[in-house]
Amino acid sequence: MLKISLFAGLAERTGKREVDIPIEQPVTVNELRTTLSRQFPEAGDAFHTSMVAVNQEYAGEDDRIVPSDEVAFIPPLSGG
Amino acid sequence: MKRYAITTAEIDLNQLVEQVKNPYAGAVCTFIGTVREMTRGKRTLYLEYEAYVEMAERKLEQVGQEIQQKYERAEVAIVHRIGRLEIEDAAVAIAVATPHRPEAFAACRYAIDRIKEIVPIWKKEHWEDGSFWVGDQLETTPYLEGKPNV
Repeated sequence: MLKISLFAGLAERTGKREVDIPIEQPVTVNELRTTLSRQFPEAGDAFHTSMVAVNQEYAGEDDRIVPSDEVAFIPPLSGG
Repeated sequence: MKRYAITTAEIDLNQLVEQVKNPYAGAVCTFIGTVREMTRGKRTLYLEYEAYVEMAERKLEQVGQEIQQKYERAEVAIVHRIGRLEIEDAAVAIAVATPHRPEAFAACRYAIDRIKEIVPIWKKEHWEDGSFWVGDQLETTPYLEGKPNV
């Protein structure tokens, strides 16, 4: 089971701060975007316009994710 | 107290200055980002900040390390507050100590610019007629290359 954290507008639109996805094989960041977009159509394209962090580092589209990874979707930032 | 922290408590700038001052420093430059009431004629009632806390603290530390690579003997402390903030509250504070003042000014500016670029923190504007996650949808600055320049 892969645990995914959601924040800010993405958490609000999906109504969830954490989502569990059953995976056994590694998935790419891009595949994960597609899976979550389908699961939460109410989020529009937000899963595609967010950054993805794997183990607290920004990840590239082809990076592979395994179930033990800590994954988070990072909407456009507005700190400061 | 941590050098790089996300907090729900009020920010005490003096604590940051205490953390960075040292015998090699001839300058301590500080920056405070505050909650603005009026933006292009629109009145903000309050702001709500949220962070991916653990990653945010790591990324604040990364900002500090980048400064230390650019400027010799720089000491850095950064605190960002989250939760509900009222008008005029300090949302973020930075202190940088360096041997001479040009580097302290430059590093302080670098820090706030870099925070906005890579630290996972979001703010929600609350107005009289609604609310809005800044960075979400239309007012966003989209990532030009799919991700921030990390």
